[in-house]
Amino acid sequence: MVFAHLTSTPWWPALWSLLKIVFVLVPLLAAVAYLTLAERKVIGYMQIRLGPNRVGFRGLLQPIADALKLLFKEVVIPTNANRFLFLTAPVLAFVPAMLVWAAVPFGPDVAIANMNAGLLYVLAVAGLGVYGIIVAGWASNSKYAFLGAMRAAAQLVAYEIAMGFALVGVLMVAQSLNLSKIVEAQAGGGFWSWYWLPLFPFFLVYFISGVAETNRAPFDVAEGESEIVAGFHVEYSGMGFALFFLAEYANMIFVSILTSVLFLGGWYPPLAIAPFTWVPGIVWLLLKTAFLLYVFLWIRATFPRYRYDQIMRLGWKVFIPVTIAWIVVIGIALETPLRSLLR
Amino acid sequence: MLDHYLPVLIFLLVALLVGVIPLWLGSNLGPKRPDSEKLSPYECGFEAFEDARVKFDVRYYLVAILFILFDLEIAFLFPWAVVFDAIGMTGFVAMMIFLAILVVGFIYEWKKGALEWE
Repeated sequence: MVFAHLTSTPWWPALWSLLKIVFVLVPLLAAVAYLTLAERKVIGYMQIRLGPNRVGFRGLLQPIADALKLLFKEVVIPTNANRFLFLTAPVLAFVPAMLVWAAVPFGPDVAIANMNAGLLYVLAVAGLGVYGIIVAGWASNSKYAFLGAMRAAAQLVAYEIAMGFALVGVLMVAQSLNLSKIVEAQAGGGFWSWYWLPLFPFFLVYFISGVAETNRAPFDVAEGESEIVAGFHVEYSGMGFALFFLAEYANMIFVSILTSVLFLGGWYPPLAIAPFTWVPGIVWLLLKTAFLLYVFLWIRATFPRYRYDQIMRLGWKVFIPVTIAWIVVIGIALETPLRSLLR
Repeated sequence: MLDHYLPVLIFLLVALLVGVIPLWLGSNLGPKRPDSEKLSPYECGFEAFEDARVKFDVRYYLVAILFILFDLEIAFLFPWAVVFDAIGMTGFVAMMIFLAILVVGFIYEWKKGALEWE
């Protein structure tokens, strides 16, 4: 057999990883494309409009038309910009947004890289995304871009701390950094054994920080179009802009899937009884992710933009104290007979 | 152990390709008709009147420094949380003392107004 021969070659592990990467990356990019359409449709209907409906059946070809249009647009590089950094920045933002997907578990031990330090890897790689934004703002040599980058950097680091504290809470209860093991620690019945319930403050802080980390409304002052035009990517056009856009949407999907993995029981069905257990786990995981993505859009259509000082206040003065306090509460609970509620 | 990270290395190369190729394609397929107006930094139609690399608010530095402190704290908390069961009461009390010291610092910052943006 050709297949058996292939698996015995020394190149097989690399080839197998490449296959897995393609199997994640292609659906991911398709999901990003259709998330942009879903966003315009959902927000359209929420504002009693139809949203895009001209390209293809009910606008279903709209993302492809958008991609083609961006591909054939001029890539403008401003004279004052630092050419090399200006072209590096979109790639710097895009690569970490893809790379974090290496650790995402789609089923028991089904991941591109089922790392033992999965959560640490996610935190490290996701933290790199801010470089793309800072470099973009600096290299553009434009006032709006620079302001947007400064705002984005300060906002991202503030919410990264809150996010980190929320993850510490999950680790205390799950006792593993491996994302697959964290999901398995939530098994045992149904939705009430998932971490969203005992770790409710962390769940909220994590998801809201995720909204802030991806620069989404109502935390989108870094690109707030009504005050600093487009913020850090104001000078970008064509594919440079498209890469920032792809990175933002891939990050949105990532935050949603990670919230499902950490707090909503990953691939487990909401009730471990007959009709629910027939559905494959990956479907449950993707349903939870889709729901959280819908919440992203819902939030955007509902809330007015925060002021910058309000964003910083929420991050530093609300989320950080709340998460520190809840870490102490969980720690005490784990040291007393209450631990049976958590494990 | 380390072979878990081989896919990450391959993924890094693939992601770089997926990032660079569209950028390269875009700059070759798109038109190139630069003029001085198009290439000047955008300032709502006004002529850009000075370099954009101006002095900026010192509070951004403050936030960055605070971030380093708290991020280090998280770096300490991560291993502690993973072995929480193994280290028992002693480990818990030790971390609570550490956290208490940090919270004192946090309250000081707060009262000093390092977290204010008006």
